Amino acid sequence: MDLVLLVFIFVLAAFLGFELISKVPSQLHTPLMSGSNAISGITIVGALIAAGETTGTLSAWLGFAAVVLAAINVVGGYLVTDRMLGMFKKKDASKPKAD
Amino acid sequence: MDTADMLINLAYIAASVIFIFGIKMLGSADTARKGNRLSSLGMLIAVVVTLFNRDIISYQLIIVGLIVGSLIGLIAARLVKMTSMPELVALLNGFGGLSSLLVGWAEYERITHITGTTGSLNENGELITKTIIDLSHFDAFTAATIALAILIGGVTFTGSVYAWGKLSGKLSGRPTLFKGQRALNAVIAALIVVFGVIMTVSAPHVGPGQIYLLILLSLALGILAVMPIGGGDMPVVISLLNSCSGLAASAAGFVIGNNVLIVAGCLVGASGLILTVIMCKAMNRTLGNVLFSGFGSTVQAASG
Repeated sequence: MDLVLLVFIFVLAAFLGFELISKVPSQLHTPLMSGSNAISGITIVGALIAAGETTGTLSAWLGFAAVVLAAINVVGGYLVTDRMLGMFKKKDASKPKAD
Repeated sequence: MDTADMLINLAYIAASVIFIFGIKMLGSADTARKGNRLSSLGMLIAVVVTLFNRDIISYQLIIVGLIVGSLIGLIAARLVKMTSMPELVALLNGFGGLSSLLVGWAEYERITHITGTTGSLNENGELITKTIIDLSHFDAFTAATIALAILIGGVTFTGSVYAWGKLSGKLSGRPTLFKGQRALNAVIAALIVVFGVIMTVSAPHVGPGQIYLLILLSLALGILAVMPIGGGDMPVVISLLNSCSGLAASAAGFVIGNNVLIVAGCLVGASGLILTVIMCKAMNRTLGNVLFSGFGSTVQAASG
C-alpha cells in the first residue's frame, strides 16, 4: 500500500511539473534551469539520513560524500541563480532611465 | 507514525508546496528572483527538519559535510565569471546526480548489513545466539529503485561533467563520433537494463560486484551519450541532464521511501523536460535531432 501511495505521489507530481512550465521567455531559460537544478539538490535529504548512520560504516561514508556533493549543488545552485537574476534586474532598472 | 514523524512529514509537505510556487515564479521575469529565494527557503526547511529524523544516530559527518559542501558551493558561486555561469550549472548538476547515486549505493550497503540474532539450542540444551545478516528488508522493489538511482545518477554525473568540459573549452566542443558508437551505446544501455532486471529478480541476494558493475556501466553511458553532441547544443543537453538529476533524486526518494525527495525530484524532472523541449523549439530543432544527429557546433559554424 505504501508503495502504491509513493507511485501515486510521483505520478501526480509529474503532471504538476508538466503543467508548471508553459510560456517561459527565452532569457529566463538558463535561470530556470539553474534554479530547478538547485531544487534537484533535494537529494541532500537522503544524503543526510545516510550520513547519520553509525560512524565508520561504508554507508555513512558514502552518505558523507553525498552530503558534500549535494550541499555544493544546493548552495552553489541557489546563489548562482540569484546572481543571474540580479543581472536581469539591473538591466530592467536601467532601461526606463535610458528611454 | 509518532508525533515527531508526523511533524517532519508536514514540514516536507510545506517544502514541496514552496518548491511548486518557486518553480512557477521562476517562469516569469517579474517574480523570478523572489521565486528562487522562496525555493531556497523550502530547501532550508527540508534540510532542518531532516536533522530531527530519528534514524540519524551521529551528527559528526553531517555537520562536517554540510560545512565543507556549503563553503565550496558559496565560493564557486561567488567567484564564477558571468559568462561561465552555464558551465558551473552543468558541474553542479553533475554533483547532484552523483549524490543521488551515492544515496542509492549507501542504502544498498546499509540494507545488506542489517544484523539480527538467531537462537538455537545445542546438544546440552544451552541457548546459542548467533548474529546473522538480516536481508528481510531488501525486496525486489528496493533493488529496482537502487538500480534506477545508480543508473540515472551515474549518467547525469558523467554526462554533466563532460558537458561542462565541452562548454568551458577543456574538451573539444566538436561532436566526437567513432565507428560503431551507436551500437556500443545500445549494447551498454541493454546491458544496464539486463543487470537491473537481474538485480531486481535476484533480490535480496545482490552482491556488491553487481552494484560496482552497474555504477561503471552508468558512468560510461553518460560520457558516450554526450560525446556525439556538439558544443553548441550543450545548453539543451544540460537542461535534459537537469531533468535527469531530478529523476535521480526521485529514484533515491523511492529507495529510502521519502516523499519530499519523490515530489521535488519529479517536479524538476517533469518541468525540466518541458523546458528542454521549449529550448529545442526555440532553435527550430527536435530533441531527437539534438541528441542523435551528431552535428550541433558544425552546423552553427557552417551557418554563422
